[in-house]
Amino acid sequence: MAEEVLLFGFWGSPFSRRVEMVLKLKGIEYKYIDEDFSNKSPSLLKYNPIHKKVPVFVHNGKHLAESLVILEYIDETWKDHPILPKDPYKIANARFWAKFIDEKYLSAIWKSCTSEGKEREKAVEETSELLQFLENELKEQKYFGGETLGLVDIAANIIGYWLEIFEEAFGVELLRKEKFPKLCNWANEFVSVSAIKENLPPRDKLIAFLRNRFGVGNASK
Amino acid sequence: MFLAGSKSCKPIYINTRYRLHIIDFDLRFSKFIRMAEVKLIGTTQSLNCIRIEWALKLKGVEYELIEEDLLNKSPLLLKYNPVHKKVPVLLHHGKPIAESHVILEYIDETWKNNPLLPEDPYERSMARFWAKFSDEKCIFGAYEAAWLEEGEEKQKAIQSAQELLAILEKQIEGKKYFGGEVIGFLDLVVGWIPRWLNAMEEVGGIKLLDAERFPSLHEWSQNFIANPVIKERIPPQETIVNYFNFGISYRRSLAVAKP
Repeated sequence: MAEEVLLFGFWGSPFSRRVEMVLKLKGIEYKYIDEDFSNKSPSLLKYNPIHKKVPVFVHNGKHLAESLVILEYIDETWKDHPILPKDPYKIANARFWAKFIDEKYLSAIWKSCTSEGKEREKAVEETSELLQFLENELKEQKYFGGETLGLVDIAANIIGYWLEIFEEAFGVELLRKEKFPKLCNWANEFVSVSAIKENLPPRDKLIAFLRNRFGVGNASK
Repeated sequence: MFLAGSKSCKPIYINTRYRLHIIDFDLRFSKFIRMAEVKLIGTTQSLNCIRIEWALKLKGVEYELIEEDLLNKSPLLLKYNPVHKKVPVLLHHGKPIAESHVILEYIDETWKNNPLLPEDPYERSMARFWAKFSDEKCIFGAYEAAWLEEGEEKQKAIQSAQELLAILEKQIEGKKYFGGEVIGFLDLVVGWIPRWLNAMEEVGGIKLLDAERFPSLHEWSQNFIANPVIKERIPPQETIVNYFNFGISYRRSLAVAKP
């Protein structure tokens, strides 16, 4: 029986791109449906009535939402190029960091970009503290997953690519090379991997989208 | 005749009574080592900590509970969870694991008896999805309905909280537990309902888990709390009510202080 693999996503979303990155890494063929936020499709609303968000993943009629849940499902179903280690402690560590990235980073980066004055200063400091955690966690490894990309690398795509785009779109500097050399290095390695490179939204298009939708940020750094 | 797995057991032929003492010492020593292997830094009122204790007990894993004072966090907690500085933290052979869902899965993958998560990848994913939903939406929805003072906003919050419970109701319909015939991962995560939701209702002067509107969830709640393992390690209602009395008063005072 031919496998039916569908992904509902948004071209600019790091969350739906995560799923595409892993599908590509594992060589899984899928059909992609791009969603318009202002006019969500009946299929999306049917498959994710709870959150009404992307990504939504459908495998042989069974649907799943929440990007990290989807990533683990894909890893457990297609065993090639695993993104989780075998050791339970290392798996727990990976899940911890992936969850941490999801819960804290995007909102901190967003606040740093869209607030002003003292609020922005505070948000930038908070983002810096969060980035330091990941800088420390990287240790001397090429990737968070070790020699190959793992769950945390995929979850950290926000930092690997989207962060720089936010910086440019809103005129804020967060990932300083002198302060976060390992993380900067990791980001360069990350975006060079072909499965990742092929799944990055076009830079100029994303900057223009962010500026149009959310207004141009202050030019001061 | 000697313990399986006990490396130091060599028969010593002195007299029977002394030999029996050696076995007894070895048994107690091994048990001490096993106990020290697993420690849990937590508090008795925390729903996130209790679910870990339930999981360990369901699997027959012996552990030491290190009670934390959240108003005066210990160097131990700050050392083992420097990122969040929160409980629970599980220590296994001295290695720390934080975040309750992560800990539950670690326990399930390390001690294979009485599995908490289903084997099928899709069923496992659904359990994870609903666990996230329960923790991120349902608990906070109920808490908001409880702490808000009487008025239109409170009524709206009550309605929202009940809509979220209705979603959980659909998941438990026709099943004894979320895990099927036995308690599983999702039951432990939704295990805040019998005591903590009850306490929020009492302190907040609201009724969310209406037995008529949510018969399956209500019945699940009764079954869950009657389970001997769960019942053995659930804090008294009064403890949780006191906890929310403090928390909700503080929350209300913040709302008043806000310009």
